Amino acid sequence: MTRLQRILIWIFCAGVALWLVAPTLVIVPISFAEKKSLAFPPDGFSLQWYANILNSPDWSGSIVSSLKIAAIVAVVATVIGTLAAMGLAKMKAGPGGILRAILITPMIVPGVVLAIGIYAVYLDHQMVGTLVGYVLAHSMLAIPFVIIAVGASLAVFDTRLETAAASLGASRITTFFTVTLPLIAPGILSGLLFAFVTSFDEVIVALFINSPTLKTLPVQIFASMTRDSDPTVAAVGTLIFVLTSFTIAVGLWLGTRRRRS
Amino acid sequence: MPKLLRQPAWLVLPAILLLVVALGYPLLQVVIRSFTDPEPGLGNYTWFFSRPVNMTVFWRTFEVAGWVTVLCLVLGYPYAWLMTAVGPNMRLLLILCVLVPFWVSGVVRTLAWVILLQDSGVINKVIMALGFEKVRLIRTQTGVIIGMTQVLLPFMIMPLYAVMRGIDLRLVQAARSLGARPVLAFLQVYLPLSLPGVFGGAVIVFILGLGFYITPALLGGPRATMLSTLAQQQVLQQLNWGKGGAMGVILLASTLVLLAIAARFTRRRYQISGGSK
Repeated sequence: MTRLQRILIWIFCAGVALWLVAPTLVIVPISFAEKKSLAFPPDGFSLQWYANILNSPDWSGSIVSSLKIAAIVAVVATVIGTLAAMGLAKMKAGPGGILRAILITPMIVPGVVLAIGIYAVYLDHQMVGTLVGYVLAHSMLAIPFVIIAVGASLAVFDTRLETAAASLGASRITTFFTVTLPLIAPGILSGLLFAFVTSFDEVIVALFINSPTLKTLPVQIFASMTRDSDPTVAAVGTLIFVLTSFTIAVGLWLGTRRRRS
Repeated sequence: MPKLLRQPAWLVLPAILLLVVALGYPLLQVVIRSFTDPEPGLGNYTWFFSRPVNMTVFWRTFEVAGWVTVLCLVLGYPYAWLMTAVGPNMRLLLILCVLVPFWVSGVVRTLAWVILLQDSGVINKVIMALGFEKVRLIRTQTGVIIGMTQVLLPFMIMPLYAVMRGIDLRLVQAARSLGARPVLAFLQVYLPLSLPGVFGGAVIVFILGLGFYITPALLGGPRATMLSTLAQQQVLQQLNWGKGGAMGVILLASTLVLLAIAARFTRRRYQISGGSK
């Protein structure tokens, strides 16, 4: 490859990287706007929209609901998904493959179809706007991510270690907690994280099943954006962006450090 | 423990139960309502396919998903290649640029695009500063495609990178040393080897694009409505469960047909490559 071609590809990819990250950054200055407007660039400086997150029950309430639902979903989906991944790993290829394909379906069904169906069922059973309703729907959506993450860990797990523990007299339960679990912990942890984020970001099902008393943050953001130009959305978005970038950066840094040492 | 209880199938049971309750039963309800509400029959489907407005939205959904897939491929292919060709620190930076938008919620990224594309937004200010006429971007198909391409690009780059990372570059060198020009070595050696990634990424992006809700709903207006938005409006605003359900079934069926074609295509490819060995 000539030098010129190399430079051109570098410029092109720098542009793509910029296009991936930069547009989202536009919300940061907006979050400090002085007037109630989403115009860019904003005039003046104020922290009132950050204060508004805390003061307005619509915002603080939806953040608390989202965190609560996402935390429960993370635990429920991780437990059920990890069990399923372990079962799949022990099954024969044929039936295991079919079951695996079935368990991945939540990823490919278009969100709106699911949302209509879940809304119909929840209306019939008085589950609209209930914690159980959110947890049930979001756990189902998160299961495939847990199965994929834990399954990847199990694929490289040496099952002879379990046999060794059993031959030394450990019960199945002891073997699981002292041998299997510590070794597949990274997969379970990333499954947990995926499940949390799946629930925290989910918008379409939540848009159908929310109620004034229980709504999640994405629904509140969506409602605010379609209703008026309130920079509080930008303040919330900025917080999400900073927290997410920080978590990923720390994760990547820890990952490379461990691999090098 | 009785032998029956040791079957690995028991471990999968809770997940299957959850799927039956929260996925299978609701989907069944959508299908049933599409055929029975307000009256039994194919009324909702004949209504959908006989209205030109609906068909416009139907084809637009495929058109937008197609454009987004092509644009993601054009932007993602060189990027994924570069990820395999740089040192570890640079690679980490490039991965970070893909992962951050992947994890930051789609709602927040769409909010950013609303701010950028609005009539008095940054892009229009730049366009006018350069002396051109103001362009209408928000509530247009172009705006939806721009926003969706950015939101879905990570789903293209990751499968591409996963496949390209495993390509043995000595094969390309071998082609070069046998006298192939760089373009020919790329077209005949590297490109075919990277096709599984291209194919995987394209299928994921196209299917996600077909069912995408949030970006089209906020960036597209009445003139850029997609199937998901139309189905949502039918149910939540018009309370037309049957019509909304029929649209949902049509969307789901399109997705399944595409997946079946994709599965068949990959299987045949594998058979061909397996047979030539």
